[in-house]
Amino acid sequence: MADAAIEFKNVTKRFGSVVANDHVSMTVNKGEILSLLGENGSGKTSLMNMLSGIYFPDEGEIFINGKPVTIRDPKDAYALKIGMVHQHFKLVDVFTAAENLIVGIDPGKKLNRKEIADEIKEICDKYGFVVEPGKKVYDMSVSEKQTLEIVKMLYRGADILILDEPTAVLTPQESEHLFSVIKNMKKDGKTVIIITHKLHEVLSVSDRVAILRKGRYIETIKTSEADEEKLTELMVGRHMELNIERPEVKNKELRLSVKNLNCVNSEGQQVLFDINFDLYGGEILGIAGISGNGQKELLEAIAGLQKTLAGASVIYYDPEADKKDEDGKSAGMEMIGLSPRMIREKGIHLSFVPEDRLGMGLVGSMGMTENMMIRDYSTASKSLLFTDKKKPRELAEEIKESLGVVTPDISTPVSRLSGGNVQKVLVGREIAAAPAVLMTAYAVRGLDINTSYTIYDLLNEQKKKGVAIIYVGEDLDVILALCDRILVLCDGHVNGILKGTEARKEEVGLLMTALKDKRREETAE
Amino acid sequence: MEANLNHVHEPWVRIAKRDNMSFLTKLGIRIAVLAVGIVICAIIIYIITGLNPFVVYLTVVKGAFGTVRRIWATVREMMMLACIAIGLAPAFKMKFWNIGAEGQVLIGGIVSAGCMIYLPFLPAPILLLLMFVLSAAAGALWGLVPAVFKAKWNTNETLFTLMMNYIAIQLTAFFVSKWENPKGSNTVGIINPNTRAGWFPEIAGQQFMLNVIIVLVLALLMNIYLKYTKHGYEIAVVGESWNTARYAGINVGKILVRTMLLSGAVCGIAGFLAVSGASHTISTSTAGGRGFTAIIVAWLAKFDSLTMLFISLMLAFFDSGANEIASKCGLNDYASDMIIGIILFFILAGDFFVNYRLIFRKKLSMGTVDKNVGASGKEVA
Amino acid sequence: MMQNFVTLIRAAVFFGTVIMFGCVGETVTEKAGNLNLGVPGIMYLGGIASLSSVFIYEGSTENPNKAVCVLLALVSAFVASSLGGLIYAFLTITLRANQNVTGLTLTIFGSGVANFFGGSLNTLAGRFEQIAVPVTSAAFRTTLPFSDSLGIVGELFFSYGFMVYLAIVFAVMTHLFMNHTRRGLNLRTVGENPAAADAAGINVNLNKYLAICLGAGICGFGGVYYVMDYIKGTWANDGSIETLGWLAVALVIFTTWKSKHAIWGAYLFGILYWLYLYIPGLTRSSQEIFKMLPYVVTVVVLIVTSLRNSRDKQPPAALGLPYFREER
Repeated sequence: MADAAIEFKNVTKRFGSVVANDHVSMTVNKGEILSLLGENGSGKTSLMNMLSGIYFPDEGEIFINGKPVTIRDPKDAYALKIGMVHQHFKLVDVFTAAENLIVGIDPGKKLNRKEIADEIKEICDKYGFVVEPGKKVYDMSVSEKQTLEIVKMLYRGADILILDEPTAVLTPQESEHLFSVIKNMKKDGKTVIIITHKLHEVLSVSDRVAILRKGRYIETIKTSEADEEKLTELMVGRHMELNIERPEVKNKELRLSVKNLNCVNSEGQQVLFDINFDLYGGEILGIAGISGNGQKELLEAIAGLQKTLAGASVIYYDPEADKKDEDGKSAGMEMIGLSPRMIREKGIHLSFVPEDRLGMGLVGSMGMTENMMIRDYSTASKSLLFTDKKKPRELAEEIKESLGVVTPDISTPVSRLSGGNVQKVLVGREIAAAPAVLMTAYAVRGLDINTSYTIYDLLNEQKKKGVAIIYVGEDLDVILALCDRILVLCDGHVNGILKGTEARKEEVGLLMTALKDKRREETAE
Repeated sequence: MEANLNHVHEPWVRIAKRDNMSFLTKLGIRIAVLAVGIVICAIIIYIITGLNPFVVYLTVVKGAFGTVRRIWATVREMMMLACIAIGLAPAFKMKFWNIGAEGQVLIGGIVSAGCMIYLPFLPAPILLLLMFVLSAAAGALWGLVPAVFKAKWNTNETLFTLMMNYIAIQLTAFFVSKWENPKGSNTVGIINPNTRAGWFPEIAGQQFMLNVIIVLVLALLMNIYLKYTKHGYEIAVVGESWNTARYAGINVGKILVRTMLLSGAVCGIAGFLAVSGASHTISTSTAGGRGFTAIIVAWLAKFDSLTMLFISLMLAFFDSGANEIASKCGLNDYASDMIIGIILFFILAGDFFVNYRLIFRKKLSMGTVDKNVGASGKEVA
Repeated sequence: MMQNFVTLIRAAVFFGTVIMFGCVGETVTEKAGNLNLGVPGIMYLGGIASLSSVFIYEGSTENPNKAVCVLLALVSAFVASSLGGLIYAFLTITLRANQNVTGLTLTIFGSGVANFFGGSLNTLAGRFEQIAVPVTSAAFRTTLPFSDSLGIVGELFFSYGFMVYLAIVFAVMTHLFMNHTRRGLNLRTVGENPAAADAAGINVNLNKYLAICLGAGICGFGGVYYVMDYIKGTWANDGSIETLGWLAVALVIFTTWKSKHAIWGAYLFGILYWLYLYIPGLTRSSQEIFKMLPYVVTVVVLIVTSLRNSRDKQPPAALGLPYFREER
């Protein structure tokens, strides 16, 4: 045990009645790269938060370099040379890189920005980072922010570095670069723990893999002895068929035609540039791209939540109208300029599962019943003045039953439900509206594998019914397996539309960034 | 067990959210906290005046409920406070920080006084109805201005409404000096003391009965409005998240404006009550800080009308009572603000114990800790 | 004309100094992420504490020492207002009460306490008709010795009591602290992103407590200045302090949370407030309309700032939001 950097002994952490970590005992060796693998909700982050001082264990002990330690707050963690890069970056937007770096250190010392800039350069040169000390965080890209976070930890002299889902927001290429930096750090004698649920990453970068399941420690195996199948089995607890279905649907009809879509965000920057694509009933159109490249605005523009620039057009072709029409082509309905309410009132069957479930799709403080009313509270009740809660209540019961939503009662505020159950409520409601077009944004983010597959199945079911589906996702493997076509967004541009069966991951990854660089060159000239 | 060394450094108390608690327990906690507040006030009064606290509180009760006249004074005060709180409830449910009730009340009051001064010849029912409508309209207008800017440019409403108070106060000062009677007094004096035009009529022999009726009706209507109507649902959604509201097809700006019109209107009616139903005059202190106190009433009551009435009664009780102590002991009547401040501090603190529980560190062996914490720790309320 | 101008400026400086203290104090508080609407109450507490302590001291000795008077006034005001801040901090941070509601309650409480004691001091002490603390007030109003010999320049810039300059010093020091020290950076982190501050090893609650209590203490000095210099060591139950307190809160927004702007912003508010006295031909009632000016200007500033959506002119990102680490 002499070369153990970290040792957990019977560590338990609870939140109310939820046990996040249940008597976890495990060891991390000095100078190794360890992947901490587990599904969403398996307790990876809360375990690591006990190392970084964010949480305090309810029971058990932690040993660092063989000595028992007490980590009450992040200060203690820094003193033990432990640094954690959280999934949600802990940066101050209005500060510069340099200011963010020194926050919390040596409060009595003079604030010499020049000196700090020099120190930053030293670290960057050593490991191969690029950080501009004077740049404000709000001007940074996601990967710049992440780099800053890592440099911040190194600046604080961290020997043990914990990265929480570091690649969630990076392109495959950026991830590769990150991994090479991590390997540099290992050479330098640092211990690195990567929290992840992506199997291929585990296999490509780490020395060993530790697996957590439902808050319990399962075991640690050498990466050289692992493969995807085995890891999944350990992670889920049983054998899982990892293949996502992609049923073939015949007779696809044009359902949505998007032309010349340009959007400007609230800060006046253009975020969508000349988007053109068609969407057919009975297909899933995947939208790939690094998050924040226009996905949100695209879906919201179609849903009538985002203003578009002049000349844009989104034509909706109703499935019912199609049948009635003799020459097979019906006059479509223009959706641009319509508010969400007008879209509904015109009989356009559009359902939308937004990215921000509790901040846009649902009202957290309300129960399931009242959340069922959100889309049609105004039309569903015959009364001019009063709401009707009878039908919503029935719908809530039905969704609770059919999708297995775990909630004490349909009147319990949905913010109290777990992430997976919240998503079931939202998706259930949107599907119950019998859509012709269904848009989903990051539908499986934060869900465990089982719930994720439930969602994939629900989408495929809708697809077979002839619904046109837009699936905005972040996991390229899933997009490649699930979608019939893949539209790649980069910096608000459509960088290409690929066939799902033929697209390769590297190709999609390149499209997610490539044009950006090309455009940069153009502007440079 | 050496392993327990770790626990020595555990924070000695931690805070966790409470999940479910029965209504009675909640009520019990609130009453207990309130009792502590009352005791603290008693101690402070004792220190200042040297009087026996029991005697003091007896004086408070007598001051508030000692005679029929006093009971009615307390009830009038309670209705006034409740009326403003009822007006504020929809705005606050929408998370629109309407700090401007003070101004909305004054504007309503100005309009009422204006009607009494310029239109005393109208038949009483028509005059009263006109005053009711116009003061509501004036209050609505005062609430409308910040709402429009909030809707259009997301202008901070807390400070906007606050400033609107002072603009209203200056406007009142303007009218007071315009209407002053007698000349040079810089007060308006009792309006129509002989004809009683525009005064609330006595109902069942009671001067303030109409105040009670109006406020109770408003309370009932507001409760129904917020809980069962489409408008109420829209207000709740907007209050939770503007994005969700937009997603639901709700026009956020429209709801902001509509709700603030309503909120301002009810506060304007409170101004009508203050002038026509109580003081029969207008001055810059017609609202008298009730616009601020009512904010706290509405917030503490979580927008429930019945609770608002109850809290208003409590505050009116302490107000009248404290005034009584003040006059008995030759102190000034600001004592009531001090006492109400203390009581409110305690009610605010009480909210914490209703929503959270404290978990104290235990110096027990690990096995025992396991069992205890499993049963969600030691509860302290 | 010139004399009118000088009088207006002087009046504006007197007025501005009260709200400059309030504004600087509230800026410190808001930079830590807490919107304290108790500023008027805190100013009241500061004013009454200084007045009563000095009143007792002056009444108990034959020859009150000026230095002791001044020190006593300042220390007691600082302690009393910080205690007010402490109540607010305890309720909003430890007991997690709503910041706006708690602040308003503090204002009710503070004005109640102050006006109660202000009005009752005579009765309780049973000595004088009207409270007066002549020695202390004179000490607070002592001007720089050379101000008389400098003509208009002296009158404009040097004819004030020391607290006028103290307010400016506070504004400058707060600016330097926030932008040029690590502790200031830490405090701003707490107000911008408490979770980031927490992860960086900054004690969020301690920083908030300190900022609120210190900020309240500075606000309290506004009350001292009002009582000792502005109204010359007496007490007035006319609600002026409350008005000034709210204007101080408004001034924080006017300065876009940068205390250096408070130095001219406060005087500008003062000019607007007193302008009506210098506009010829106003009747008493139209004066009242003119007195709206500072409020109307604040409203206009509010609207303009909301229109100009600049990233660096925004309130602290976590202003008004509670922070608890273990919540989930």
